[in-house]
Amino acid sequence: MNNSRPLSPHLQVYKLPLTGIISITHRMTGVMLCFGLILFVCIVSAIAGGEQAYNDIQGFLDGWLVRLVYWGFIYALFFHFCHGIRHLIWDVGKSFDLETMDQYAIYELIASLTLTVLTFIFI
Amino acid sequence: MVEFTLPKNSVLTEGKTFKAPKGATNIRRFEVYRWDPDSGKNPRIDAYEVDLDDCGPMLLDAILKIKNEIDSTVSFRRSCREGVCGSCAMTINGKNTLACIKAIKDYEGTIKIFPLPHMSVIKDLVVDMENFFAQYASIKPWIETQTPAPSDRERLQSKEDRAKLDGLYECVLCACCSTSCPSYWWNSDRYLGPAILLQAYRWLVDSRDENTGERLDELEDPFKLYRCHTIMNCTDTCPKGLNPAKAIAETKKLLIQRQ
Repeated sequence: MNNSRPLSPHLQVYKLPLTGIISITHRMTGVMLCFGLILFVCIVSAIAGGEQAYNDIQGFLDGWLVRLVYWGFIYALFFHFCHGIRHLIWDVGKSFDLETMDQYAIYELIASLTLTVLTFIFI
Repeated sequence: MVEFTLPKNSVLTEGKTFKAPKGATNIRRFEVYRWDPDSGKNPRIDAYEVDLDDCGPMLLDAILKIKNEIDSTVSFRRSCREGVCGSCAMTINGKNTLACIKAIKDYEGTIKIFPLPHMSVIKDLVVDMENFFAQYASIKPWIETQTPAPSDRERLQSKEDRAKLDGLYECVLCACCSTSCPSYWWNSDRYLGPAILLQAYRWLVDSRDENTGERLDELEDPFKLYRCHTIMNCTDTCPKGLNPAKAIAETKKLLIQRQ
């Protein structure tokens, strides 16, 4: 094989369908949730660390940027959860039809948004 | 390996524009990926203005018109012009398809034509399919039997068993699905890809094949089969309307069921 042969464009030219975009978002939210868990552990250990540590972390969490991050974390959690359920449905061999592929993807997005809003209302 | 950018020698450059003949009114612009192995230069995008009033209805007709009348140096594969040979697979406006069974009127504005994604380019739209067909050979795409053939007739199949091959036997191995799959882009050295896995499943469900167990053994591998993450680009892009993602899911089910 001639090594000077170019590689044809891939991500640069290919338009991912909605399921493709959701799939990569599922992967990215998974990675985000891993990092988010570190923050979560900090919060939990602060609660265990007495009044001073609790007040410190409480003050940190009140910043609007931090709020945005943890609501992002909560959305990522629900999105990851919803697409996880889709994966379970796929694992039993269902919902592969081309016609309903995008429809299910939109259901996932609506469900994850609804769950986030419900959490916002009830917390 | 995941690589988001193109290697240095693959970065696109601007090419030439071939203007439409004077007097043409129904003009469509085609931008085509070009790479000449003898030039020593990077790939480029050439633009061709085609008079659609003097052109056949399909995309392949336009590409043939470009080669025959505008620029004879454009290289591409084609043969049957009716979607059964699988030669003219290419990326058109960001989606893989067979140029011969796609109508020009289904697209609006400039039509961008690229070779199948993440493949080694031989020239222009012609890519190296060697690995793809080696992978096809690796799944033993022929009937394998233990019992001797009946002496007075063929190995017969019930109508129900034959129906299990529908949606599988139609695959023409154009590689549209495999080269649309990000998993295949990053791991084509070890992951078989949707087209080959659909073909593998075609032999798994063939009632006449007697080597199912061994075929499943071969597929039970973290890379060969399980690099499929149900991204669904394959099913989305298949020009024959087949469902490789479903065939892969059914294969995974067979592996679970036999445990």
